[in-house]
Amino acid sequence: MVGEIVIRAEGLTKRYGATVAVDDIDLEVRAGEIVGILGPNGSGKTTTILMLLGLTEPTAGRATVAGFDPLRDPLEVKRRVGYLPDSVGFYDGLSALDNLAYTGRLAGLSRREVDERFAEAMTRVGLPEVGRHRVSTFSRGMRQRLGLAEVLMKRPTIAILDEPTATLDPHSTQEFLDMIRGLKGDGTAVLLSSHHLDQVQSVCDRAALFNNGRIALSGSVTELAQRVLGGGHVIDVEARGTAVREQLIAVPGVVRVQGLGPEAYRADCDRDLRAEIARRLAPSCELLGIRFAEPSLNEVYTRYFDELRRAA
Amino acid sequence: MVVIEALVFLVALVLAWFSTKTIRESIGESPFLFLRLLTMSPDPIPFSFIGMVGLVAPLIAIALGFDAVNAEFNQRTLSRILAQPIYRDALLLGKFLARLLALSIALFSLWLLVLGLGFLRLGLPPSVEELFRMLGFLVATIAYGGVWLAVAFLFSVVFRAPATAALASLGVWLLFSLFWSVLTPLVATLVAGPPEGIFGPSLAYLQTTQTLDRISPNTLYAEIALALLQPATRALGPVLYSQVQGALLGAPLPTAQSFVLVWPQITGLIAAMILIFAIAYVVFQRQEIRA
Repeated sequence: MVGEIVIRAEGLTKRYGATVAVDDIDLEVRAGEIVGILGPNGSGKTTTILMLLGLTEPTAGRATVAGFDPLRDPLEVKRRVGYLPDSVGFYDGLSALDNLAYTGRLAGLSRREVDERFAEAMTRVGLPEVGRHRVSTFSRGMRQRLGLAEVLMKRPTIAILDEPTATLDPHSTQEFLDMIRGLKGDGTAVLLSSHHLDQVQSVCDRAALFNNGRIALSGSVTELAQRVLGGGHVIDVEARGTAVREQLIAVPGVVRVQGLGPEAYRADCDRDLRAEIARRLAPSCELLGIRFAEPSLNEVYTRYFDELRRAA
Repeated sequence: MVVIEALVFLVALVLAWFSTKTIRESIGESPFLFLRLLTMSPDPIPFSFIGMVGLVAPLIAIALGFDAVNAEFNQRTLSRILAQPIYRDALLLGKFLARLLALSIALFSLWLLVLGLGFLRLGLPPSVEELFRMLGFLVATIAYGGVWLAVAFLFSVVFRAPATAALASLGVWLLFSLFWSVLTPLVATLVAGPPEGIFGPSLAYLQTTQTLDRISPNTLYAEIALALLQPATRALGPVLYSQVQGALLGAPLPTAQSFVLVWPQITGLIAAMILIFAIAYVVFQRQEIRA
């Protein structure tokens, strides 16, 4: 059912001795939603994923995944979750079919179901011809696709993808992102961990920004921009004239203005201020263009960590 | 692995061939022809069948087990497998039992090969008593191999590099195979005093040496082989004069009595296998699965 909460973490904490890997995080993911988890290396993303899968025990807090506690009912959770680890590994000496048949059988599929679902999944990930080829002959991109085929074969309620595009070329990355959108179309909730912010922005409904084991920020890109950049709306202005920048910053609601070129400016605003900006510039400048721009997650991320560094 | 197994089968075949040849020439000397087949060192081969099995069973077991778990880490397949609806211990137990079964099949085939060749070459079937003793020996050999398989498993869980796990397993095997018998008299002297007392050999020293020796799975296995395959063996360890009064020295012990004699050794081997596997299990359960 779309909209139902399928992952809920409350106060989830993981400590290794004195080191706190994940610190009291709360997270919710709904069916049919793609949520990105971002953050620098060692910020707790993978540990959170492992706790949600029941592969590591939380020190404190609790989680429910597809309605089950990963600690108490790990098998129920694993039946409903497809997991694609970063740099996914396969048994190189076996064919793609044998590799996926093995995990399919472990997942409780019959031999017939394995054959049917394998053909369907391989077609969907764009590898319909190589099912009987040995995995040792596969490129990295093909291995990632095969990993996604394994997830698809399981027909999961939730797909957890850890850095799935890290080793892919740009073309394969785009195809892979389309496949992730396809999962959302199936009603599958997707938890996507990635360092590629533009990719996260292009597929995710929401993002959670991890820092030092905590979720520092979470929400839609617009919400994050509002909190970090001071404005959730970004307006690109092209204008010719004197003191354009000064005039823009004087508009009530404009939080920040940056120059993008000789006659191009980007204004971070707390609401849609296109009309006010046009009115303000009209008497003294020639307005060449004004349009709404999507706030960049990259900018949010960079600004957030820059401010943290400055504060430190 | 295939080469090692082929070599073992070839050596076993040659051993059985020469042993049966020797036995045929002295067929009246012992009623236990098939047991002699396993225990004699026929010319020109300098070791017996049990000597060979005692050497190769641990090596095959180590070869089967040293990369059982760390290879999954290195291939980055472990998290994929454990993300399927199976318990983590099922993976470890399944891997161990599968390898123990493979080892058992190899040893059973070897056992059948020698038995069959003996049957063909001697023209006699083994007696029921011989069959039971040989079966007991086979079970003990599987348990002995199981101990080394568990050791290799433990190191494959502890060390991420298969080469390190293999070297550590071989190191422990060498310790017990070559150096243990050198170390035990030294430790026994420290614990129980010198080997010779005023009235002859010191019983405390002998008992301490024997206790220390029996920590080694090799000693336990050697004692089982001795008691089961040489039926005249009446005791394992120091025997007082008073204990042999009335005994018919050289007369074979009934099969059941031989089994009673080595029961602690057999259970010791099985317990050691389970204990070492349990340690590997606990270590594996506590490991973080990130690959």
